[in-house]
Formats: sequence, C-alpha cells, structure tokens
Amino acid sequence: METVLFYIAASVSLVSTLLVVTRTNASHALIYLIVSLLAIAVIFYLLGAPFAAALEIVIYAGAIMVLFLFVVMMLNLGKSAVDQERGWMQPRMWIGPGILTAVLFAEFIYILGGTPGTTSGTIVPPKAVGETLFGAYLLAVELASVLLLAALVGAYHLGRRYMRSRREEIA
Amino acid sequence: MELGFIMIAPVLLGAMLGALLLVWVERRLLGFWQDRLGPNRVGPFGIMQMVADLVKLLTKDDWIPPFSDRVLFTLAPAAIIASMLMGFVVVPFGPGWHIIDLNIGLLFFLAMTSLAVYGVLLAGLASNNKYSLLGGLRSAAQMVTYEVFMGLSLMGVVMLTGSFNLNTIVHAQEDGWFFIPQILGLVVFMIAGVAEAHRLPFDLPEAEHELAAGFHTEYSGMKFALIMAGEYLSMILTSAIMVTLFFGGWLGPDFLPPIVWFSIKTGLVICFFILLRASIPRPRYDQLMSLGWKILLPITLINLLITGAVALSLEG
Repeated sequence: METVLFYIAASVSLVSTLLVVTRTNASHALIYLIVSLLAIAVIFYLLGAPFAAALEIVIYAGAIMVLFLFVVMMLNLGKSAVDQERGWMQPRMWIGPGILTAVLFAEFIYILGGTPGTTSGTIVPPKAVGETLFGAYLLAVELASVLLLAALVGAYHLGRRYMRSRREEIA
Repeated sequence: MELGFIMIAPVLLGAMLGALLLVWVERRLLGFWQDRLGPNRVGPFGIMQMVADLVKLLTKDDWIPPFSDRVLFTLAPAAIIASMLMGFVVVPFGPGWHIIDLNIGLLFFLAMTSLAVYGVLLAGLASNNKYSLLGGLRSAAQMVTYEVFMGLSLMGVVMLTGSFNLNTIVHAQEDGWFFIPQILGLVVFMIAGVAEAHRLPFDLPEAEHELAAGFHTEYSGMKFALIMAGEYLSMILTSAIMVTLFFGGWLGPDFLPPIVWFSIKTGLVICFFILLRASIPRPRYDQLMSLGWKILLPITLINLLITGAVALSLEG
C-alpha cells in the first residue's frame, strides 16, 4: 500500500517539477513548484519523517514560496514576459541540464540495482529530530544561525541606505 | 484512530453550518455593540437572514472577468476553503472525538493556515486588476509576517507539554489551563490569528476605503461566498485551536458533556473576535508591520526564554 502511495506522490512531484521548468508564465511555474513541494512532503511522511514533512510545508511551501510569488506579483509580468521566456526556451537549452540529469539518473539506476536503500523504515518523532539537532549537530545549527544573522544584517543595511536617500528626497 | 472516519461528515457539516451561522451572528452582534438593530426582519430575530443571503449568493451570475487568468481565478477560492477545512482534521472536539490523532497535530494546523495564504495571493494575482494585486501583495507580506509569531507563540505550550499532539496538550491542562502560564503566548496568538484570518481590524488586504474590496474585488456569486466562508472558517479554526491550547479544550465540570464545553468556549472566543472588530479601528499598513516585528516578535521570544527557563528549573 505504502509503495503505491509513494510512487503516486513521486510521479506527481516529478511531473510538476518538469512543468515548473517548461512553463513560460512565471506564476504558473511557481504554482507547480508549490505542488511539487507538497508532493515531497507526502513522500517524507510516507518515509516515516512526519516532522520533516510538516516543516517542508510550513517553511518551504508556506513561507519561502509565498515570497517568490510576492516578487512575481511585484514585477507584474505580462504578455511580453511570456513571449520573452518562450524565446529563451530553445531546444539547445536542454543539452547541458540533460547531460547532468542523465548522469544522476544513471547513478540512481546503479543504486537501485545494487545496494539496498538506506532508509531503515523507522519512524522519526519530532523529539528525536530536536535531540539530534541540538545534541550531535549543535555546532552546525549554530553556524547556520550565524550565517542567517549575517544575511539579516545585510538586508537591514541595504534597506536603511534606501530609506535614508528617500528621506533626503522628501526633505 | 478510534472514531476517525465517522467524524469527517459531522465536522465538515458543523464547520460549514458554523460559518453560515456566523454571517448572521456577526451582523447581529455588531448591531448590538454599535447600538443599532442589525438584520432582524427574516424569521425570528432575523435568523433566516443567513438562508436569504445563501440563496442570493447561490443564484447570482457566476461571472469570470474576461481579462483574468481563468484557471487560477477559479482555483483560488477552492484553495482557501480546502486548506481551512483540512485544518479541522486535527482539532479534538471531545475525548477521542477527533478525525486524526496526529503526533504533529499542532504543526499540521500551522501548515494548513500557511497554505491558506495562496488562495488570497492567487485571487489577487489572477484577477488582473490593480486593486486586487495590491490586496494580494499586502496579504502576502502580512500573513508571512504574522505566521512567524503565530508559530512561535504556540511553542511555549509545546515546551510545557513536550508534545505537538493536541490531545496530549488538552490532557496536560487537567491541573490548570495554559492561559495563566502562557498569557503572553495567548495574546500574541490572538493578534496573529486575527491577522492570519485578515479580519478587521487587520483586514488591510481588503481595506474597502482604499482598495475597493482588495483581493476579491472581481469575485461575485458562489466564488465570493467561498472566500467569505473561508474567512469565517479561519476564525472558527483559530478559536478552536486557541481553546484547545490555552483554555483546556473539552475539559470542564461534569454536568455538561465535553463537546458542549468545547462549543461554549469556542463560541465565546469567536464573540470576542467580533467584539474586537466592533471596537478597534484599522491601523495603517506600516503600523501593522512595525507592531509585528518590533513589539510582538520580542514579546514572543521573551515568552519562550522565560518558559524554557522555568521548564528547565522545574525539571531540576
């Protein structure tokens, strides 16, 4: 049963990801990306990682993609942008990504044929995730938070310079 | 998973009927608090007004503007309703009266409310109208901002119980409801809940004096009804979760069954939301944003710090 569900979710995710790449309308592409993220959340859940599944939706689908859509709305892309995208989408653009994907695919086939899958089939409760994050991987978590802090300070700095020039304009 | 599938139909029916009833309750209560009558003509106390409104909305011409993005325009109201109804799946209405007893119940609720923003965003984008677009942009920024505190304000409760499971959280409140130790969390969650449901006073995505009707300017008939139902469902869901987390859920003295206690508490919280609407004027958009980032976020972090320290010291 779980295997069937897994393959359904996996094919939804693959098809929607493919559509993300081929859509010329930016907002449609984004919606397919959201669908793909939701499908990946289902896969996480099926693999016994409910916490990762919930975070996938809350953070990726619920926050980051909203900001992507926000930017698309700000740009207010019209018909001209669709035509431009269509012009960029030449068949020869597929060569590079195609080769890279073929390499990955070959590797995947090799793994499937040889060694057994690494997922042990155990369910990982939220508490276990927290204990690992703030126990074994504490240093990595702290380093990532320092990185985010740098991004935050940078964004604040850029925003402040803009606000100052705006105030001078008004004054 | 006892009762699981049997509960789906009653919950669905109850939520939709509740949303319908709120159309009338809200207008009557607003009338009462603003010293006027409100709808009182159709049926006793005007209660049939909701049926009249429903018939009117169902029979209206379902118009899709020719300049809109047809698929997204039709999809957006459905996205709002679907994500809101999915949120009810984890709410415990009584002992064992739930659809799923998820061990990540609270996160599931947060995930569903964060998906509801897409309905509003897509409605604004697909309408292809500048008022709708501005409304959609505002809602995106507002909901992403308030989602942060909404999630963080609940983490105090999670720290006290050590679980995301809503049933466990209700049982943990048998010795005392969490609104006393988590008063800061409750206040932040309530404000964030109003902002997430984009209801007055935080209804800037649809502020009618500046944006026509904001993101749903182009919507009419059944699609408009779905958007409004989504707003009411969001209010009911937020109230139900607030009762579950802070006011002991279905716990109460034995002379009434648990489901009645749950309904009474949820009803009172909803009335409080309507009172907020009746009494507080709408802030400016920048005021809304600075309230969020400069006041609510520090309060939430302080709450988490204190709760964590107390929880650790009690553990010894």
